[in-house]
Amino acid sequence: MIVAQRKPFDEIKNLIKDYKKILNVGCGTCVAVCLAGGEKEVAVLNAELDMARKLEDNPIEIDGFTVERQCDREYLEALDSKVKDFDALLSMACGAGIQFLAERYPDKPVFPAVDTTFIGVNQDVGWYEERCRSCSSCVLGLTGGICPVTMCAKGLYNGPCGGTNQGSCEIDKNQPCAWFMIYERLSAQNRLDCILEITPPSDWQNQVPRTVIQPGYKKPEKV
Amino acid sequence: MRLDYPVNVKIIRVPCTGKVDVMHLMRTIQMGADGAYVVGCLEGSCHYKQGNLRARERVMHVQKLLEEVGLEGDRVRMYNLSSGEGPTFAAYAKEMTEHIKKLGPNPLKKWSTATNKE
Repeated sequence: MIVAQRKPFDEIKNLIKDYKKILNVGCGTCVAVCLAGGEKEVAVLNAELDMARKLEDNPIEIDGFTVERQCDREYLEALDSKVKDFDALLSMACGAGIQFLAERYPDKPVFPAVDTTFIGVNQDVGWYEERCRSCSSCVLGLTGGICPVTMCAKGLYNGPCGGTNQGSCEIDKNQPCAWFMIYERLSAQNRLDCILEITPPSDWQNQVPRTVIQPGYKKPEKV
Repeated sequence: MRLDYPVNVKIIRVPCTGKVDVMHLMRTIQMGADGAYVVGCLEGSCHYKQGNLRARERVMHVQKLLEEVGLEGDRVRMYNLSSGEGPTFAAYAKEMTEHIKKLGPNPLKKWSTATNKE
């Protein structure tokens, strides 16, 4: 899931300082699961903003609405009849959702209330760890299911580097060396030959926004 | 026991302090209450194992949120006692009332008739 963290309160307050009527739009998918931007977090932020602006004798009218997914037109449609009543929108969705919201209502200023942080896993309630950098060249089949791009400090496709030290990374002894973990796992699976395969570098240069059309979903050509 | 405690204290019963949510506490202050405190069982004695510990975390979180907003975080507090400690309950009510009196009224009180939709 995409993991986000709420922006510092003062930053959010400052972003909307010139507006009087705000609609705070939450997202009921990833950011709701990671407790950053769902219905409850919208309510807490709105209460904070309401109180802070009243204390400044500059009250705002703030409302909240949480859509199922902000990265999906089907769900954004529910906002169409509401946004006209507001001066600006605050979004608690991930960066993709915020942009999709801004794209749908180009005449409304849209402000982010969260910082999108990583793609990660849920270790416990409220505790998330990064596992994927969406590099578009997955090598997990060769690395025993451990991502070297995410887990290695250098993001090496081919490792380990000279900094590996008794299972730890050279940057910090508490940081495990990803390539040591990969070695251990491949060794346990009797697949150490995989580590010898050389993966070519990812083409990060001149990268443009990527598009994916799943097989069977391409729109038919117009005739 | 017929113990006296300040009349300004209004009790809201919950099945366990683990039921008390951040929004419950935020809303009380937003609506103009001068203070709010959560009284839970003694730490380590929760019938539901961690309800009072969760409440403590939430109270601490609300204190931080109130500080961010520009209010005194200490308008919200957590107390712990066992169900057999009536005099301690009354003592905490007095202590909290005196503490809030020192802080003065909630500056949001003048807005308390206004409504917040979310």
